[in-house]
Amino acid sequence: MAEVHLSKVVKRYGSLEVVHGIDLEVAHNEFVVLVGPSGCGKSTTLRMIAGLEEISDGELKIGDRVVNSLPPRSRNISMVFQSYALYPHMTVRENLGFGLKIAGMKPEDIIPRVDEASAILGLEKFMDRLPANLSGGQRQRVAMGRAIVRHPDVFLFDEPLSNLDAKLRGQMRVEIKKLHQRVKTTVIYVTHDQVEAMTLADRIVIMRDGYVEQVGTPTDVFENPANTFVAGFIGSPPMNQLEGVVENGGARLTDGTLVQMPEDIASKLSDGAKVVIGFRPDAFAPKGHSLHPEDRSLEIALPVIISEPLGTETIIYTQLGGKEVQAKMLDPHPLQDGESLTFTLDLERLHVFDGETGKSMRA
Amino acid sequence: MLRLTLFVAMMILVVPGAWVVLTAFRPNVEVMARPPVWIPQQWTLNNFLGIFGFLPDRQQGLPVPSYFINSMVISLTSTFVAILVGMMGGYAFARYRFKGKGALFLSFMLSRTVPGVALSLPLFILWSKIGLIDTKFGLILVYMAINIPFTIWLTDGFFRQIPADLSEAAQIDGCTRWQAFWKVEFPLARSGLASAGIFAFLTAWNEFALASQLTRTTASKTMPVGLMDFTAQFTVDWTGMSAMAVLIIIPALILTFIVQKHLIAGLTFGGVKG
Repeated sequence: MAEVHLSKVVKRYGSLEVVHGIDLEVAHNEFVVLVGPSGCGKSTTLRMIAGLEEISDGELKIGDRVVNSLPPRSRNISMVFQSYALYPHMTVRENLGFGLKIAGMKPEDIIPRVDEASAILGLEKFMDRLPANLSGGQRQRVAMGRAIVRHPDVFLFDEPLSNLDAKLRGQMRVEIKKLHQRVKTTVIYVTHDQVEAMTLADRIVIMRDGYVEQVGTPTDVFENPANTFVAGFIGSPPMNQLEGVVENGGARLTDGTLVQMPEDIASKLSDGAKVVIGFRPDAFAPKGHSLHPEDRSLEIALPVIISEPLGTETIIYTQLGGKEVQAKMLDPHPLQDGESLTFTLDLERLHVFDGETGKSMRA
Repeated sequence: MLRLTLFVAMMILVVPGAWVVLTAFRPNVEVMARPPVWIPQQWTLNNFLGIFGFLPDRQQGLPVPSYFINSMVISLTSTFVAILVGMMGGYAFARYRFKGKGALFLSFMLSRTVPGVALSLPLFILWSKIGLIDTKFGLILVYMAINIPFTIWLTDGFFRQIPADLSEAAQIDGCTRWQAFWKVEFPLARSGLASAGIFAFLTAWNEFALASQLTRTTASKTMPVGLMDFTAQFTVDWTGMSAMAVLIIIPALILTFIVQKHLIAGLTFGGVKG
């Protein structure tokens, strides 16, 4: 059993505080992804869990042990680095067996463990090669193999896929997911790529500037973002966000459009309050091309600025509320730039955020 | 054209060295001949036999074996210590953050800007006060002081090239910081350490100015200082001196050949992205 508990964990470099008292509970066998833009403290947090960075304040528990002052080797964790960090002077076999050898295991006990890991990851053919003679994807697999041979309590991944090309990244994402299904272990995974976060995670932790902005399942953070930052970060294309002022239970946008807000939210707001309304591109579509029923929709005629046909759907850029917004057209037909279309905005799926704090009004 | 220029330049550079080597194998009469005899007409090993005292009629032998042993002991010991200390220093500069790091590094480098000869008098006075004149230990100390800053500078560069991720990965794999260094970073820095070692060894092996001040007898005299034994009040035994010079060159050549592989090999950092 290896839960990971972070309680008010702080990281300071001198007087500069970069992680501000994070609380997080990771359950046994759970796959948790820390996601956020560069500099949000996600890698620092992971490195504190690994023991590669000292924890300035707060408490870190792995299982039921407080590990704050334990060195990495005593935490029974393993980590896959962004750079893979394979030992260049050792063959794949030696790389895989290194940790076991250091642990004082006998060669005859090491061999089956290394073979098992290499079979899981399909590395049998490369066992006697040096890392320099492997492709990026193969190195990535060796790095994962090195992590799994030790049967650790917790797997840590630090942006493991960011050095791979898009196609390979997709494949490795699936492999990581399969690997987790196979070797049931607690996983903490850091990435800046929200697609990786959404596809891999049981739960996502969205971070910004050393704070946790939201923790939730992929569906949860996608459907109910806690604030404008999460709304903009999760989802591709990102959620459209428009500023408005409350007027008669609706939000008056800067271009004069009145968007009716859900009643439960509108009742909390008084006229003149500043709000940000948000809607995903798939809640905003040309009439007859939407995913949603159109009876509770706002219809607006807008010009197409540019369109990006993607096959099964087309992303349309248009202008609303003084800002460029994106709409998603299902079952698309070719569009002319400048062509005027009637768009439907699904008011059921409207998000409303406080104009000052950016916090969701649903909460 | 460039090659031709380089060839001519190299030829000019090689001439003094070649002259010394050739002189070591020619009889004295050819050295003084006018016009000069470039290629020895009579090849002889008498010069070498002479300095070891095997030719009683020519001159008395010199304590070459003692000089050789002194040189070896002094050079190897000072190199070993310089590499050991310099490697740790270089590692610390490459990997750790600490107060005054920049200033300390600069001060080490500044110590290299002082010409060795400028140190000879202060060193002589100091060493004579503490009784280190004419001891191997005295010279070892001097060469360590000269070599350690240089080794730190060189190894710092090599350790910087090794990604810190590797030692962190090793620590997560179960190594202590020390094991991570010995099992992962040290093997990768070997080529750098080999070149640092050669530089340190050759500095000590070839050094003349300080050694000539701080040594007196066969207890501590090194090979380069031994060369002065061939100059008498009115004569210089050029052939003997050249033979001795050849003996000085040989170990340096052998060492360079042995370590050459490491110098050229340079490790490919295939273990990280790229």
